[in-house]
Amino acid sequence: MLIPHPLLGLRDAQEFTYLGDANLINRPDPNAPNAEAMFCDYVFLRDNPAGVHRELWYHEQGDRSWLVVTRNTVTHEILGAELASDVALAHREGSK
Amino acid sequence: MTRLSGGLIDRNSSFSFTFDGKTYTGHQGDTLASALLANGVRLMGRSFKYHRPRGVVAAGSEEPNAMVELRSGARTEPNTRATVAELYDGLVAKSQNRTGSLAFDALGVNDYFAPFFAAGFYYKTFMWPRAFWEKLYEPMIRRAAGLGRLSMQADPDSYDKGFLHCDVLVIGGGAAGLAAALTAARAGAQVILCDEDFRLGGRLLAESHRLDGAPATDWISTLEAEFETLPNLRVMRRTTVFGVYDHGIYGAVERVSDHVVEPGNKVRQTLWRITAKRAVLAAGATERHIPFADNDRPGVMLGGAMRAYANRWAVTPTQSAKDPVAIFTNNDDGHRTALDLMSKNVPILGVIDSRENAPRFGDYDLFSGAMVTGTKGRLGLRDIEITKGGVASWHRCAALGVSGGWNPNVHLASHHRGRPVWDDTLLSFVPGADGPAGLIPAGACVGLGSTAKALADGAKAAGIALAELGIKTPEVALPDAEDMPVSQADFWHVPGKKRAWVDFQNDVTVKDISLAHKENMKPVEHLKRWTTLGMATDQGKTSNVSALAVMAELTGKSIPQTGTTIFRPPYTGVSLSVLGGGDTGVNFRPRRLTPTHTWAKSQGAEFVEVGQWMRAQYFPQAGETDWRESVDRETKAVRVGVGLCDVTTLGKVDVQGADAGEFLNRMYSNMMGTVAVGKVRYGLMLREDGFAYDDGTCARLGEDHYVVTTTTANAGLVYRNMEFARQCLWPELDVQLISTTDAWAQIAVAGPKSRLLLERVVDEFDLSNDAFPFMGCAELTVCKGLRARLFRISFSGELAYEIAVPARYGNALMARLMELGADLGAAPYGTEALGVLRIEKGHAAGAELNGQTTAAMLGLGRMVSAKKDSIGAVMSRREGLARDARRLVGLQPVGSTERLMAGSHLFTQGTAHSMETDQGWVTSACYSPHVGGYIGLGYLENGDTRMDEEIIAANPIEGSEMRLRVVPAHFVDPEGERLRD
Amino acid sequence: MKFSGFKVIKEALTGHKGWTPLWRDPEPQSDYDIVIVGGGGHGLATAFYLAKSFGQARIAVLEKGWLGSGNIGRNTTIIRSNYLLPGNEPFYEFSMKLWENLEQETNFNSMVSQRGIINLIHTDAQRDAYRRRGNAMRFAGADSVLLSREELREKVPFLNYDNARFPIKGGLMQPRAGTARHDGVAWGYARGADMRGVDIIQNCEVTGFKIERGKVLGVETSRGFIGAKKVGVAVAGSSSRVMSMAGMRLPIESHVLQAFVSEGLKPTIPGVITFGAGHFYISQSDKGGLVFGGDIDGYNSYAQRGNLPVIEDVLEGGMALMPMIGRARLLRGWGGVMDMSMDGSPIIDRTDIEGLYFNGGWCYGGFKATPASGYAFAHLLATDRPHDTAKAYRLDRFAKGYVIDERGAGAQPNLH
Repeated sequence: MLIPHPLLGLRDAQEFTYLGDANLINRPDPNAPNAEAMFCDYVFLRDNPAGVHRELWYHEQGDRSWLVVTRNTVTHEILGAELASDVALAHREGSK
Repeated sequence: MTRLSGGLIDRNSSFSFTFDGKTYTGHQGDTLASALLANGVRLMGRSFKYHRPRGVVAAGSEEPNAMVELRSGARTEPNTRATVAELYDGLVAKSQNRTGSLAFDALGVNDYFAPFFAAGFYYKTFMWPRAFWEKLYEPMIRRAAGLGRLSMQADPDSYDKGFLHCDVLVIGGGAAGLAAALTAARAGAQVILCDEDFRLGGRLLAESHRLDGAPATDWISTLEAEFETLPNLRVMRRTTVFGVYDHGIYGAVERVSDHVVEPGNKVRQTLWRITAKRAVLAAGATERHIPFADNDRPGVMLGGAMRAYANRWAVTPTQSAKDPVAIFTNNDDGHRTALDLMSKNVPILGVIDSRENAPRFGDYDLFSGAMVTGTKGRLGLRDIEITKGGVASWHRCAALGVSGGWNPNVHLASHHRGRPVWDDTLLSFVPGADGPAGLIPAGACVGLGSTAKALADGAKAAGIALAELGIKTPEVALPDAEDMPVSQADFWHVPGKKRAWVDFQNDVTVKDISLAHKENMKPVEHLKRWTTLGMATDQGKTSNVSALAVMAELTGKSIPQTGTTIFRPPYTGVSLSVLGGGDTGVNFRPRRLTPTHTWAKSQGAEFVEVGQWMRAQYFPQAGETDWRESVDRETKAVRVGVGLCDVTTLGKVDVQGADAGEFLNRMYSNMMGTVAVGKVRYGLMLREDGFAYDDGTCARLGEDHYVVTTTTANAGLVYRNMEFARQCLWPELDVQLISTTDAWAQIAVAGPKSRLLLERVVDEFDLSNDAFPFMGCAELTVCKGLRARLFRISFSGELAYEIAVPARYGNALMARLMELGADLGAAPYGTEALGVLRIEKGHAAGAELNGQTTAAMLGLGRMVSAKKDSIGAVMSRREGLARDARRLVGLQPVGSTERLMAGSHLFTQGTAHSMETDQGWVTSACYSPHVGGYIGLGYLENGDTRMDEEIIAANPIEGSEMRLRVVPAHFVDPEGERLRD
Repeated sequence: MKFSGFKVIKEALTGHKGWTPLWRDPEPQSDYDIVIVGGGGHGLATAFYLAKSFGQARIAVLEKGWLGSGNIGRNTTIIRSNYLLPGNEPFYEFSMKLWENLEQETNFNSMVSQRGIINLIHTDAQRDAYRRRGNAMRFAGADSVLLSREELREKVPFLNYDNARFPIKGGLMQPRAGTARHDGVAWGYARGADMRGVDIIQNCEVTGFKIERGKVLGVETSRGFIGAKKVGVAVAGSSSRVMSMAGMRLPIESHVLQAFVSEGLKPTIPGVITFGAGHFYISQSDKGGLVFGGDIDGYNSYAQRGNLPVIEDVLEGGMALMPMIGRARLLRGWGGVMDMSMDGSPIIDRTDIEGLYFNGGWCYGGFKATPASGYAFAHLLATDRPHDTAKAYRLDRFAKGYVIDERGAGAQPNLH
């Protein structure tokens, strides 16, 4: 597979380490009253769709960026890739 | 000899080769199969199940029968298709899957018992008595099964891997592929042309068709000359593209040296990973046969193969007018074989065409509306039975060419699991629309099989690829070529009571398919699995479609309704060696060497693999005969004097920024941001699921500057997790990270005399206990100006330091410390002594921190701060983790000097030993010179409340058991006075 | 019809006229007591044991394709019970005991072959860990042997002992482990279930659950609605997809695992061998093919195909461990979709929806579990109580903190 790194262009997927669902960016509030239940969902439950999936890849043998890659899990087609830090910051802006 | 005139062989060359010990000669340009045929050898193998005598069927990589063991000794290569084995001088081949000689195979007896071996028979018997399966039935089956033999010796050849990138990859160098490559290359695109054959031309080489009125080879030669001049085109002969992977990545194997006796200083094969923006699949087509009674005798071949042998290799299986060649066909193409053979003066019995009113193309006997209904000849075809209008007659015939139509080679187009679609006109499957992105099939593999159409379609496919890439397509003049329409009948097999083979190699007959139908194994996947159809080395290339047709007839459905089969990589067999890429033996994985490696080596150290690292395990001295002796000495050196150990492999992460402290508070379960500048703190890290996974130290070198250490095993993981937290969880924090594991050489200087030794290397730095107390850290210089970092931390429980210098100075620093410490008894110690020292002190390592343990189990429950959030804090409070009462304890044998084994399980005295009564296990154990006996660490249920209890360590797998006393997990200096001294 | 050597001989002599379909192709009835979704190994075994051991009637198995088309149809056929943790080991040992009687129970030769499995040891720490595991196996009633390097060399002399990057120091062996003919297992259970009246309905895809007031009433299928008192889902690989139709999210990701087979060879490798310092394991089928595999590709996928890097990684391991296989050829590779769970262990449990039961999360180890999984799931469906050996496989173990994490890798499925 080839991953379109937003800074470095197409890179072989072998340079990356895969983590999983990009929802892992959205760590729950540890001080919420139902924090334990929210963390259980966050840590363990997955949508695991057959289709478009936003997921985290780490450019471990590259520039050490974490990326959010949008990929179809049925065809493996990649629809885009963003810096995870940009996604995380945008998410914060959005939830303010 | 059965050589004809013409052909693409070099008659000036004479290659000597052997088959089953007998010597023959052939020519450059031959394959093993063509050379054997030229020498009158028809019998080349035995079938899988019935051990039926078999000859060559095909002239290409689809060959199911003529499989040999090529070469000898460690280079023996089983299951090699004689049809693609390029002949070289000195080639050695043996037939395989026989007991006795090829002509008198004792297991040929299987054929007489064939009724007992019908499809699926083994699922119905061999069940009684139960124990007989492994002892009798299975060994018998296994011996009879299999094909070729491995030499059982390591492959002596070298292999390589390579990476290529291009705009257009052309797969196949026949008419369509050549036209595609020419078009794309003239357009200036980066082009790679791969062909599995050793000579470009594909089917053009096998036919008598002319291009622009001249032999096809003229045009190919002109083209090859032009290709030489095009720097943007790479032609790769002997290269099979075997698979299509994601995002335009193609796997290919180049057989660099398979056509010579030995590779010499070259590799045998190279695995190429080709990344192509577009690819043209010009893989051609494979002819299918027509099953009829006893259709598997040597001498029965595919018609197109017979033509290829005559035209390209100037070979015919027979030249005797008494034993002529016959053709059995359901289509016009079969007649071409007769014409080509006749033009070379090969005697022809006639053409048997299943079609009533079959067209005539030449002056030969035409059996219209006829079928071949039987054959005779034990080791080779002698007679055939022709039935026409219900009347059967026998005829002498030494070779029969069978033409059942052509199946487009859709394989690569279905590698992404897209299904081929049925074409009612072509009577074959063609690539579907849902093939791999960027792959454009062209020519015979989409059913455009005439030379003119293949040429035009290849050029068109290249044009499509170029247009998609925004490259202008040039005008390319293609040669005039034949464009004869081929009509064929919807005729799939000859009905009859006798066995008619569908899958030659696996011995699957029409009857087997009929039985599968009867037993309700109708879905095509059930059919394949029940009968083993299509599971042979040709992967069903010669059998799948015919079998579908037979099943369709039985179920009364159409062929596409009956099913389609898709193909998986590889297109043809790929050697396991080349997929491994050649980095075998000690080169399997890289070795990471510590900065003091060469010094340690010069000291005679034994090394041990620690992940990718090679670490000094111990340093045997003259007179020491046993590893324990060395380790005990090294351990004592640390306890009474000073020891030196390279601990560079521990992970190091430099953390800087205004929010570094806050960031570390969130990474570690304990408070870390509050550590004072110039101080070090021990830290524990949890995974987000609340389990402990790593520990280490965190040193604060400045207001905004920390250095984190990790365990050796988790250096990469901790760093990855820290980057995750920084970029994904808390991108708003002002913090930067970099791994410095390889940047700093770090040496542990441990023992009561460590301060004395260090004082001799530091440049004006006060090492006194007051100035630089336990858990202090500093940046300083040593050895007159070399920058260094010093940490007063201890893994052994002794007064100890770790000193870090830029990695390139590690070797020199170690040598200097040893030199300066000679009078203090300075001794290097390795990982074994390191392990003993830490067990004696009760420090957790990999065996205790194995990812399954909680902070509380480690005795570090209080290190999970409730005052702040950190990774894993919330989840560490879950019921199951909170209730886990196992605790780390020390363990000491009672009344035994036997070795305590880590991995023993712990039991309360007086209980039966079972899973239910299991109380824990010994995590680590060693001989402790300090204690004077074996000691261990372990996890024990409620261990913290069971001090001094005597328990049992059971190790039934090695038949040992001993009593242990539960003690605190500190065998040395429990109050921690020494390290603060 | 009873299969036997006698029957095979009789049919051979009379032209194979007497064979009958191995199973029927019944039309679905309007409702059943128990509907099993998924006609793979686990679903078929569940139906078999429900009918045979739990006296249940009116059972249907719904399969969207052909029976046995899931991961039972494509796997590396290994059976073993060499687990460490108490949540796992008794279950797999129960499975091993069922394997040992499978053929007599189903009257179908599934070619259960106990030629042993050896997990190789390359470091002292690994030996300690395997000693702990081998002992745990014994305390759960399984068999285990710790082999020294010399003992190992006698058993499998063809490994690379002298030139290895990671020296081979011994092995943990389970002699009773081995392989079974995967399709034969599906067919044995299918035929046995069919003989006992179970309706196995192929080409019947479940498209939804009918759930009212928290209770399941049946399933919508490509062949119409089928009512059911209880519905058991056993569709590993597709678990998230199917259970999402009941509104559930699972602690599971789907990953692709590739496996490979070489061209047929005369007997070479006696049992199953697992490399301890790379991703590679291998056995040889009765037909002669070397059957081997390695790590999962590592990213979420439903594609049933993998990529080159893993193929190369597997063969790098293979060639490092046993360079004598190099001249053989790869014949075929395939990719199966695995239910990779968050702790690497499976789930057999009720759900919050009354009458809806779930069996999944088998990671890459579901084949060996087939008999016990079927038996335990049948037990749960029939009695509403978990089978003794499967008590730990509950869904709430994640929330409550009772994970069964053999590898200690945490909640990251591609590490298990």
